[in-house]
Amino acid sequence: MDKEDEELFVPRLVTTEENFASGHRACVGCGEALAVRHVCKALGKDVIIVNATGCIEIFSSLLPQTSWRVAWIHTLFENVGAVVSGIEAAYKARVRKGKIPATAVKFVGFAGDGGTSDIGIQALSGAMERGHNFLYCCFDNEAYMNTGIQRSSSTPYGAWTTTAPVGKKSIGQMTWKKNMPEIAVAHNIPYVATACPSYPFDLMDKVKKGIEIEGPAYVHILSVCPTGWRCPPNLSIELGRLAVETGIFPLYEVINGEYRLSFDFPELKPVREYMKKQGRFRHLTEDVIERIQARVEEEYLKLKEKAGVK
Amino acid sequence: MSGEKLGWKDLEIGAVVTEPGSASAYKTGDWRSERPVRENEKCIKCGICYIYCPEACIHEDEEGYFESDLYYCKGCGICAHECPRDVIKMVEEVEE
Repeated sequence: MDKEDEELFVPRLVTTEENFASGHRACVGCGEALAVRHVCKALGKDVIIVNATGCIEIFSSLLPQTSWRVAWIHTLFENVGAVVSGIEAAYKARVRKGKIPATAVKFVGFAGDGGTSDIGIQALSGAMERGHNFLYCCFDNEAYMNTGIQRSSSTPYGAWTTTAPVGKKSIGQMTWKKNMPEIAVAHNIPYVATACPSYPFDLMDKVKKGIEIEGPAYVHILSVCPTGWRCPPNLSIELGRLAVETGIFPLYEVINGEYRLSFDFPELKPVREYMKKQGRFRHLTEDVIERIQARVEEEYLKLKEKAGVK
Repeated sequence: MSGEKLGWKDLEIGAVVTEPGSASAYKTGDWRSERPVRENEKCIKCGICYIYCPEACIHEDEEGYFESDLYYCKGCGICAHECPRDVIKMVEEVEE
C-alpha cells in the first residue's frame, strides 16, 4: 500500500450510531449479528433494507418488536432481488411523476447464503441483469442455521451438517462450496466484493463503495456461526480472521471487472489451523484435509492471477 | 416484553412495527453465564472490544474507558478474547 493510501483504523472513531438495536435474539457470539451491525453503521439512516427469510430476519424482528431503526421489510427466501428492484423502480417512477421529492435514499438487500446461492439466486440474477441501483449483502454462515444447520450449496467440503451427516460412507458435505462472488462477477456488474466482520474497516469501506456506485453491487460477507460451526462463541472473530489468513475465504473486490486483493499474504497459514477449532470438521482425516489444502491453494493462485499479483 | 400480552387486534395492518428499535426493551443480559470484568489500569482505550461486540452493548464512558451494558451482554467473551492487553476477564455469573 502506498503512503498516501494509508487510512486511520481507529475503532473509537467509528460512528456510535447503532441502527441495529441491541436486544436482538441472535445466538451468543453471532458473527452475523456483528456483520449486520457493521453494515448498518456503514449504510447510515437513509436506507431501505429488504431482508430475506433467514437468521437475520428471525432474530431481529420478533413481533411486536424490531431491532431496526431504519426502514426494513421482510420478504421470502426467493424474492429479495425482485422486491428490492421493485422498490427501486417504484421510487424512480414516483420521483419522475413528481409525487415524491428525490432524496438520497439507498436500496439494500440482505440475505443469508441459502437465500442467495440456493433459493434466491434467480431473483438476484434478474435484478443484477436488469441493472437496478442497489446493494446486495449476502451473509454467508455456510448452512441453513436458523432451521437447524442443514447443508446449503455454500457449505464447505467436508463439513458436518444435520443433512450431511458423518458416518462410514460419508465425510459430511460431499460438494465444494459454490463460488457465489464469481457468479456475481459473471453478471458484469460494477462492484463485487468479499468481506468479513473480523476486518470491520475493510467491511464498512466495501459497503460504502458498493452503495455509492451506480448500478448493482454485491458484497459477500463471511459470518461465523458458533452454533452451526460447533465452536466456542468467543472464537467468532478469530475464526473469521483465520478463514482469510488460510486463503479459504480471501478478501478481494472486483470493480468493473478488475480484481484487487484487499489483503495479500506472502504465505498462507495451513487450513488445519482453521479446521481444528471447529467441531464440524473434527472427523476429517489427514488425506481429506490435504485435499482441501490443495484445492484452497489452487483457488488462491487463480485469484492472484486474476488480480495480477505475483 | 414485560408481562402484558398483545392480541391480534393490537397489531397494525400488515404487522407493521411503528416504533423503531423497540427490541432494545428486551433484556438479553439474562442469557449470560459469564460476565466480563475489566481492569481499567491496563486499558489502552483502543476500542477493539467496542467494534467487535455483536450486541452493540459496549460504550465509552466519560473517561474514555469502555464498559459493557450488562442489560444486553450475552457473555459471548469475544471482547475478552480479542482484547490485546487482557483487560477483560470472563467470570462465572452467580445467582443474585
